Amino acid sequence: MKNNIKYLAVLALGLFACEPEFDNPIDESGTYSSGSADFTTFVAVGNSLTAGFQDGTVFRSGQQNSFPNIMAEKFALAGGGTFTQPSYADDVNDTGGFLLAGNPLPGFDTRLVIDASQGRPENLNVAPTAEVSSLQATAYNNMGVPGAKSFHLGAPGYGNIDNLAIGAANPYYVRHATTPNATVIGDAVSLNPTFFALWIGNNDILSFATSGGTGVDRTGNPNVLSYGFNDITDPGVFAFTYQGLIDALTANGAKGAVATLPDVTSIPYFTTVPYNPIPMDAQTAALANGGYALYNGGLQFAAANGLITADEAARRTISFSAGQNAVVIVDEDLTNLTGSGIPSYRMATADDLMVLPSLGFIGTFAEPGNPASINGVGVPLADNWVLTATEIQLVRNARTAYNNTIVAIAAANDLAVVDMAVKLEELVSGLRTADGQIYTNNYFDGSSDAVSTAVFSLDGVHPNSRGYAIVADEFIRVINEKYGANVPRVTAGYYPGVTVVPTN
Amino acid sequence: MKKLLLVLTIAFSASVVYAGGYRVGVQGHKQLAMGHTGVAVVTSAESAFFNPAGLVYLDGELNVSLGAAVVLSNTSYQNREFGYSAEADNPVGTPFYAYGAYKINDWLSAGLAVYTPYGSRVEWPTDWDGSHLVNQIELSAIFVQPTLAIKISDKLSIGGGPIYVSGAVNFNRNLSRSLTDEAGNRSNVTIDASGINAWGYSVGAMFRPTEDINLGFNYRSKIDMDVERGDGTADFENLPGALAPGFPDGDFTASLPLPAELTFGASFKPADKWLVAFDYTRTFWDAYKSLDVQFFNSAGLSRNPRNYKNSSIYKIGAQYDATQKVTVRAGFYYDESPIRDGFFAPETPRPDSVNFTAGFSYNLNSRWAIDASVLYVHSNEVDNSYDHFVEAGQKLTFGGEYKSNALVAGIGVSYKL
Repeated sequence: MKNNIKYLAVLALGLFACEPEFDNPIDESGTYSSGSADFTTFVAVGNSLTAGFQDGTVFRSGQQNSFPNIMAEKFALAGGGTFTQPSYADDVNDTGGFLLAGNPLPGFDTRLVIDASQGRPENLNVAPTAEVSSLQATAYNNMGVPGAKSFHLGAPGYGNIDNLAIGAANPYYVRHATTPNATVIGDAVSLNPTFFALWIGNNDILSFATSGGTGVDRTGNPNVLSYGFNDITDPGVFAFTYQGLIDALTANGAKGAVATLPDVTSIPYFTTVPYNPIPMDAQTAALANGGYALYNGGLQFAAANGLITADEAARRTISFSAGQNAVVIVDEDLTNLTGSGIPSYRMATADDLMVLPSLGFIGTFAEPGNPASINGVGVPLADNWVLTATEIQLVRNARTAYNNTIVAIAAANDLAVVDMAVKLEELVSGLRTADGQIYTNNYFDGSSDAVSTAVFSLDGVHPNSRGYAIVADEFIRVINEKYGANVPRVTAGYYPGVTVVPTN
Repeated sequence: MKKLLLVLTIAFSASVVYAGGYRVGVQGHKQLAMGHTGVAVVTSAESAFFNPAGLVYLDGELNVSLGAAVVLSNTSYQNREFGYSAEADNPVGTPFYAYGAYKINDWLSAGLAVYTPYGSRVEWPTDWDGSHLVNQIELSAIFVQPTLAIKISDKLSIGGGPIYVSGAVNFNRNLSRSLTDEAGNRSNVTIDASGINAWGYSVGAMFRPTEDINLGFNYRSKIDMDVERGDGTADFENLPGALAPGFPDGDFTASLPLPAELTFGASFKPADKWLVAFDYTRTFWDAYKSLDVQFFNSAGLSRNPRNYKNSSIYKIGAQYDATQKVTVRAGFYYDESPIRDGFFAPETPRPDSVNFTAGFSYNLNSRWAIDASVLYVHSNEVDNSYDHFVEAGQKLTFGGEYKSNALVAGIGVSYKL
């Protein structure tokens, strides 16, 4: 009997100690690997997309979900080291936005949130606390600088606080440039990266696009000093700059991944507002048409006199009818008839893209109380509200040239190419992730489904945290394939999307 | 005896775990030690559970068996593709039983059985990767079964009785895969209900063609545990301010079936001092179609398809009277999982299992005996998923590799007059 008890006790103890162990536990070393890459020092260089910018700013909690930071968390399982990001410890209330010498910095407002009481996005009504003049003077693994164009990354003084006033510096980079005349790429390379991500060039076309094409296409003009903020960068400048960036990043033999630039039609900033958002009944349409009788008559006069073709006259003729109507826009690419007192108007078509801010502008009164002054009907929309088909073509031409450069230089340096252009294009028809969820490029529509599935932030241009997880996952997929690495993938559905507040 | 039962009931009011689905197979140390066979075995008051018809064949006027066990169970989870891993460190479960049988006359016996055949206690790390399915769950049910057994002849008897069930549930999970309050705390809900009552029955028959061979049959009915409005509470936590007004705390309704179980088996004495038993149990898990929880706020109806399939348990056990005082027992059973592929939810991570049992009785004197048993539950690693979580109209999958094991050890006493 005594022996029996002893035996049972031993048996029991042996079994107690027996936690369920997998045949191949993933927390064992060797499960994940970097393949022929080396993730010890991962440095990400780029713009807002790399910085984790979303909802119109960089805010503390959002920055945690920058795509390179998500990648670094996964790299950590495959030999990756620590990954540092610019400090937002002074963004005490997680609002984003900047102060300069204690005053709110114009153009760098707090993050966008949905105000549930108004049902619309608004800048979070909490004072920002992050101060531009608190200089960190540190090179970080995340060298994404919001707003940077390709050539800014190598521009000395881009992080010099004294250059802010003349518009030659960027407050994001000012906060962490190692010296006033340091360059973004110089700071990045100072970390001796063993692996890098480079996603740059978006702003070289995007500021032109988001401005509704108010800038100038600088193709053929290599003098960047002559460029305005909303201009399209010369593809020659882009290629030269890009080669320089890759040369710097690969100087020590680092491997890396570069990303292509998505089309404007992939982002909700251009796809949310339809070209024909104006509902009318027959009576209203007749009234609105009356307002353009003179203009339409002028077109017929101009056509009859050979100033414009009959085709252009037809394209420019303003005609409303019962149902959904296109907005009337100013198009500076039409034949200039102002000498004859005929303005450059036409109705928008499906080939034009209305910018997101026009959502709150179309249908408002230009003159309070004057129903003939409805913006988009009686008062045509100015250039900045619409990216016309002609302007879209300029953006596409430049983008195609940039992407060709990116792919060619990556090939020459045997780098992984993350085709974000294609990935974001998938969002247009619906991108299905491994868990079965389908994501689109729709702007947040207020539905509870969109709370779980929106992947673009409220600025309409940048992904939200969930969207950045999709970006990180695509980078990892391509890196695994290119370098024979085995880095775990990312589930976008676990990452947050829109922030909704009861009131603001 | 009644007093004793009451004490036990209070002491083990949170009873619980083990076997396919949320079945807990710890209904008597003598029989558990023999691979949980017993439908054709007559050795003690444990028959009140295993086959009420057997009570009339017990020696002695009064038979009582009491016992309890501790259940230590662990489940590990990992997902290679995404690098997720988690370990469910489940709280110790304490199933118990109390059986009494009294021989009224030569052909009629009465009994009372109190036992805990269903329960589950799974505790994943809060906010783990499957937290939209479950953070932690605790199910328990106490069965009380007054029993009558009638001897039709020396070879045939029948028995049965109504079952009164009192159950409790506590279940927490996050409301979605990403929703948090303003401070980043995950939005979650806890449903809690206790004192849920329901009725069922157990019937059995026993046939003894010879001295050495016993055949038995037992059927326990399905019992639906229905949580009605007002029975429990639904506690919503950490909702963002904009959504909180739509999710006030309140009550809920839900229904969980405790499936019917059909067992038949045989026992025989191959030699002096030896007893060998075989049981086959079919559990009608197909009753468990879906775990639907109806909330009365913006959460609405939470549909969680389960679609279980009927499953079998194959058991074998033996006992040997080693000495006059000591009887040793050992057994084995194979327990099929009722869970279909694609329905493997982490709240009941039960794959097929092989189960090893052992135990002994020590006769203190002609009346009292101590019974002890151990059970080791081993499951192979499974790679499975739950594919029916719906987010924004899409069915999502959550899966990976699971591995679980459990150890049950318990002790009890038997009394015979």
